[in-house]
Amino acid sequence: MPKFVLNGEEIEFKPGQTIIEAARDYGITIPHFCWHPSLSVSGNCRVCLVEVEKMPKLVIACSTLAAEGMVVHTESERTIEARNAVMEFLLINHPLDCPICDEAGECKLQDYAYQHGVGESRFIEEKVHKDKRVLLGPYVMFDAERCISCSRCIRFCEEIAKDPELTFVQRGDRVTIVTYPGEQMDNPYSLNTTDICPVGALTNRDFRFKARVWEMSATKSICTGCSRGCNIEIWVRNNEILRLTPRYNPDVNGYWMCDHGRIDTFKFVNADDRVDGPHVRREGKLVKAGWDEAYSAAVSELKSFAKDEIAFLGSPHATCEDNFMLAKFARSVIGSKKIGFMRKEDASFGDDILRKNDVTPNTLGTEIIFDSYLKPTLNFNGILEAINNGKIKALFVMEEDLAANNSEIENILTKLDLLIICAVNFNKTTALADVVFPAAAYAEKNGTMVNFDGIIQRLKPAVATLELDRALDGMAMSRLDKFGTHYDRWAQGKKRDARSSWKIIAALASVMGQKMKYDMAEKVFEEMAASIDVFKGLDYDKIGESGTKIKFEPAAASK
Amino acid sequence: MPVRRRQKDLNFWEKIYIPEIAKGLALTFKTMFKPKFTMEYPEEKFIPPPSYRGRPVLVQEENGEERCVACGLCSRVCPALAIEVQAGETDREKERYPERFEINMLRCIFCGFCEEVCPEEAIVMSKDYELAFTNREDAIYGKDELLVPVKNLNERINFLRQYK
Ligand code: SF4
Ligand code: SF4
Ligand code: SF4
Ligand code: SF4
Repeated sequence: MPKFVLNGEEIEFKPGQTIIEAARDYGITIPHFCWHPSLSVSGNCRVCLVEVEKMPKLVIACSTLAAEGMVVHTESERTIEARNAVMEFLLINHPLDCPICDEAGECKLQDYAYQHGVGESRFIEEKVHKDKRVLLGPYVMFDAERCISCSRCIRFCEEIAKDPELTFVQRGDRVTIVTYPGEQMDNPYSLNTTDICPVGALTNRDFRFKARVWEMSATKSICTGCSRGCNIEIWVRNNEILRLTPRYNPDVNGYWMCDHGRIDTFKFVNADDRVDGPHVRREGKLVKAGWDEAYSAAVSELKSFAKDEIAFLGSPHATCEDNFMLAKFARSVIGSKKIGFMRKEDASFGDDILRKNDVTPNTLGTEIIFDSYLKPTLNFNGILEAINNGKIKALFVMEEDLAANNSEIENILTKLDLLIICAVNFNKTTALADVVFPAAAYAEKNGTMVNFDGIIQRLKPAVATLELDRALDGMAMSRLDKFGTHYDRWAQGKKRDARSSWKIIAALASVMGQKMKYDMAEKVFEEMAASIDVFKGLDYDKIGESGTKIKFEPAAASK
Repeated sequence: MPVRRRQKDLNFWEKIYIPEIAKGLALTFKTMFKPKFTMEYPEEKFIPPPSYRGRPVLVQEENGEERCVACGLCSRVCPALAIEVQAGETDREKERYPERFEINMLRCIFCGFCEEVCPEEAIVMSKDYELAFTNREDAIYGKDELLVPVKNLNERINFLRQYK
């Protein structure tokens, strides 16, 4: 590999790499605003200027190719002087908005002003004023005064979202961003621009002013909006999810996630219609019951049916651990092979970027587990049919709203004698149930999911429940979480009485006389890995933060 | 056992006490006719100088609005985690305002950091030192208790401008 000298040390680079890329691979970050590793090079912010020996002037590291024998200085006197000057230029017309700006705390301009700025302004003239609250699209809010004209957002729309919507207009210090005439910034990935905008010029309307970034904890998890399983961080304050942001994973989602995933996949966790504590039907009405009471109610009802009359529905919304426990319960406690799950395809959802038509996050995992562990004798449609003609009288449903938008299934379900459900929220299906167990939502439990591509990834709890303690269970903690007491209103966030479905099923098995003792999801995974070939040799550590590919070839990958 | 010794041996006159009592009484009578230094609180109130750090309050502009923009810096800097701010959006020019602003007076240690960090001169230390509660909930002051018209706070604000 060719080499060049960076700050006195010889480092290797791949031919074709620019100085900024080679330095980054070596672990040295050259300051930059407009350069982004997965966008084209624009070279307009000039903050990455570095000194290259034998070149007459400083060069920008983002567009200068590294070459054999080059001698580069990123911290020399000339470089620092140039960087300070560029910072001073950028700050000339930048408003003093930090107190009201959502970006504060994660703002590149703020950081660099601390690191590379001179600390005071020599500019006493009136700053240029521009529009402050411009809605560019359904989710993105633009503040023209804060924009430093780096063009990242423009390049994102063109190159990643493949939908050119933004452009610069005017010149000099009047330059600003607008959407093309008649256009809106409404591509399904628009909110990624709020992440890459190095300042607070583009902000997320959904999250606007909800919290300061330093008040929240961030938990590494995955999006459950479709079978892509984009890597995300879940931001929580006072036990409430406030926003999701994408997390870099080159094999799954790169730096991005879609707006649907970001906006629509967490509100049900905070919603008021959460099932809070087990519910049992008495005199036609679902009433709250204790856990033991609900377990024994469910078991005594289940025992009154023959094993041929009982069927199970797992869920591609639930984790592998949950589905595995359900399969195990069906096989070894009940002795039934009637297990299936409901697939959800939305032909209008997918695209060539990230979104997939298969809108359930764990379809592949559920399929693998059911097929290789149980070899079901009846699938989803078969089970519905058997219920319809009276062969199946009892159904156990895990985390699935079967009756949503489907009155046909709703009618079939009314024919059942017994319906037991683990559900996150009350819905049309729970309205028909005899026993409802409160299931922990994806953000309240540990577990794994397999995306469309066969990459198995981890979910981690970000929201505490009654039995999941932030400190004791090693969840991410903000400063407020660390020091709050139950007398502080800002630490009294609602904790629901919900448990992971696998836990509920294991407890049911124990009540039925078959001891299943797992103290954590990891133990369930261990057993699953030992009994299903595809997962052999895997454990939570090997899956890690960015997932790992399982030994499985997905049949003709669907969109 | 070591023998305990007095630090100073008393002489005869000291031992009989009478001259000492007379001396003490003489001081008492003398002081009775000098001007008083104590105050008869609570009938008579102590009005502190502007440098005094009483409970922190929010500045209310003449038009009745709060100055605070809910930036949360006071809440971040507060060493006792006494302040909770929830921002909201407003149509006014400043865009942001505190939808909820609460100071837990049981946590506050009157350090004045919140006042020092505030970029808007929106929270200042008042002269109010009368804080007594009968339960924890009453000790959490919301916007109702915190907002004080700016005209009552000018002394402190001028003091800050001079010395901050
Ligand atoms: S809005 Fe943000 S990303 Fe777009 S050009 Fe301005 S500073 Fe750059
Ligand atoms: S593409 Fe799918 S997984 Fe990724 S953010 Fe969108 S909904 Fe979530
Ligand atoms: S005076 Fe100090 S302790 Fe009291 S609220 Fe302000 S920063 Fe917190
Ligand atoms: S520092 Fe000042 S402006 Fe910011 S939240 Fe506190 S009182 Fe309001």
